[in-house]
Amino acid sequence: MALASARAMVCELAVAEADEAADAKLLGAIADWCDRFTPFVAIDGVDGLLLDVTGATHLFGGEVAMLKTVRDAIMRQGFTVRAAFAGTAAAARALARYADGKIAAPEMEAEAVAFLPVAALDLASADTHALRRAGLKTIAQVAGRTRAELTARFGKEMVFKLERALGQSEKPLSPRRILPDYMAEHRFAEPVTAADFIADSILALAQSLCRLMEERGQGARLLEASFFRSDGALRHIALETARPLREPAIIARLFRERLDALAEPIDPGFGFDLIRLGALYAERLVPESIGLEARPDDDKEIAFLIDRLAARFGSHRILAFQPQDTHIPEAAGIAVPAQHAPDCKLNWEARVPAEAPRRPIRMLAKPEAIEVMAQIPDGPPLRFRWRRVLHAVARAEGPERIAMEWWKNQNPQPTRDYFRVEDDAGRRFWLYRDGLYGREQFVPRWYVHGLFA
Amino acid sequence: MSATGKKLQEARALLNPVLGEGRRLTHCPLGHVAVDSALHGGLVRGALHEIFAGDASASGFTICAAQRANAGKRMLWVAQDFSAIEHGALSPCGLAELGIDPERLFLLRAADAADALRAGVDALSCSGLGVVIMELIGNPKVLDLVASRRLVLAAQQKNVTAFLLRQAAVAEPSAAQTRWQIRSLPSAATHDWGMPRFDAELVRNRQGETGHWVMEWSCDDGVFRKPDDQAAHSGAVVRTSADGSLAAALRIAG
Repeated sequence: MALASARAMVCELAVAEADEAADAKLLGAIADWCDRFTPFVAIDGVDGLLLDVTGATHLFGGEVAMLKTVRDAIMRQGFTVRAAFAGTAAAARALARYADGKIAAPEMEAEAVAFLPVAALDLASADTHALRRAGLKTIAQVAGRTRAELTARFGKEMVFKLERALGQSEKPLSPRRILPDYMAEHRFAEPVTAADFIADSILALAQSLCRLMEERGQGARLLEASFFRSDGALRHIALETARPLREPAIIARLFRERLDALAEPIDPGFGFDLIRLGALYAERLVPESIGLEARPDDDKEIAFLIDRLAARFGSHRILAFQPQDTHIPEAAGIAVPAQHAPDCKLNWEARVPAEAPRRPIRMLAKPEAIEVMAQIPDGPPLRFRWRRVLHAVARAEGPERIAMEWWKNQNPQPTRDYFRVEDDAGRRFWLYRDGLYGREQFVPRWYVHGLFA
Repeated sequence: MSATGKKLQEARALLNPVLGEGRRLTHCPLGHVAVDSALHGGLVRGALHEIFAGDASASGFTICAAQRANAGKRMLWVAQDFSAIEHGALSPCGLAELGIDPERLFLLRAADAADALRAGVDALSCSGLGVVIMELIGNPKVLDLVASRRLVLAAQQKNVTAFLLRQAAVAEPSAAQTRWQIRSLPSAATHDWGMPRFDAELVRNRQGETGHWVMEWSCDDGVFRKPDDQAAHSGAVVRTSADGSLAAALRIAG
């Protein structure tokens, strides 16, 4: 109906423009909230949710009770709900939209959807229209035709949709969130707010989670705790570990660190009614072989420390060094997050015996330009000014010529001539001249790149 | 024994772990004979050592001293974000050149001094580490006597040695076992480019005497040495600073 005709019928009609983005966001929030019934929640179109509650109904006292719980809880928040149960997602979807409150018995989907209008099949509107014109008004009538007939007229996709609605085939749903490999949860009869109680329940959940993982010989690499607040707010806190982990005490300790360090602490509000702990990603936990020289306790302690520091400060802040296959000084060794550091096949460049260090102990994040006075164009500087201090060069070693990687860059960067210089107070610097005189640059610039011990 | 005497003894036994008395100290020799004898055998393991930086060479001295105290375990270097900008980031290639395995060192980048200290105390409770180095800039308010005492206690518990590298800081009361002032020193006149050389002043030593030495780090052997050319001199060596005035008299012991 056009807006003008609607207005003609009801003159005090209130009009608001549709805000699809806000609707989608709201549906997402409701989907998050539905996480408390099952971790498998998928969004259906612009106004539907599909919950895979396989194996979860008994927690809510069976299908009838669960349907009522879900419906009541969402209605209490001010929404209108149509809901239904069925063995396949498509059947449940059709029932929810056209037969509110129906619960299809197992294997009886075809009977349940038989008298629904063909619109429930979720076909393209032209197809729905064509079926109606052909006199096929209900799903039962459509199902009565042979498949070959239907395929010839409407294509394969329509037949698949029909079969799904009849419960004869299933299309996998894609859940909104990663499904945990292992999961444990606590439901509270009364919402809980006390921090101690929350910490205790995380420990208890970690214990049950670890028991589950032990049966399969696995350990968690990525853990997530979900806090469901009684008023519908939901907060997920994720945690990574450096190695597969299956020790409840350590898991509880890491979560404690993580919760303490949150910039925006979890707010229990009127209390949490459900806390869930899931191992989103688990790996095989290989029993350690104890070598003669290795100190397994040390390695374990270090891994725990790294996890602890990563939980508190973020995994990008605790770093390990790794060599790289390049001769560019600033790229030859990099710091990577210690939790994700892969085993490295490269070795550090061996030092030349009896030779003083050729690389500085500290490198400036960005080489800093300096003013330089040099005796001869290609030679080391006599004096240079860095950070407004004039340094007189007493000793210089070099040049060490380092060409940039022309095979990687389209625009070749200038060659660098590095000098190790010592000023009259013994401070040692690593300077370079960016480019060769006359050839690459007319007047090359000088930079400080590092400081020696 | 009288009742009072017994009570006193009990109180002592209770306080000993807190005061650090009655603990058997293990020393790790630095290699420089005169320094080791002043320290009664070397740096005390499981204690706090404070190093004040005169310039960039203090970073080198710290990591080298840490390597001596480390006993083959892993090390953790805690640095504030700002220090990479101001003083440069620790370079793994530079570590390797000093004879220190970069793979045995972890780096923690802390947002501020408070985070750095908190991480330091936490890391000191990890027996897998041999050394924790905390690099702090200036005189942060959070680093008071209580905070340094906390570091000492944490270091004693698992016998992990703590180093505080103080950049651009002035000395304040602290619970540290030793306090050093480190500057770089010109290479010997005869050599072109020698091993790193430090002007090391032991400003404070809980166990005894202080001193002022020239120390050279031998990258090949991983020990501090008295430079060879210093042996030729006897008595005081006078060092002139850039403006030509007498700056410091170095006592060459031994």
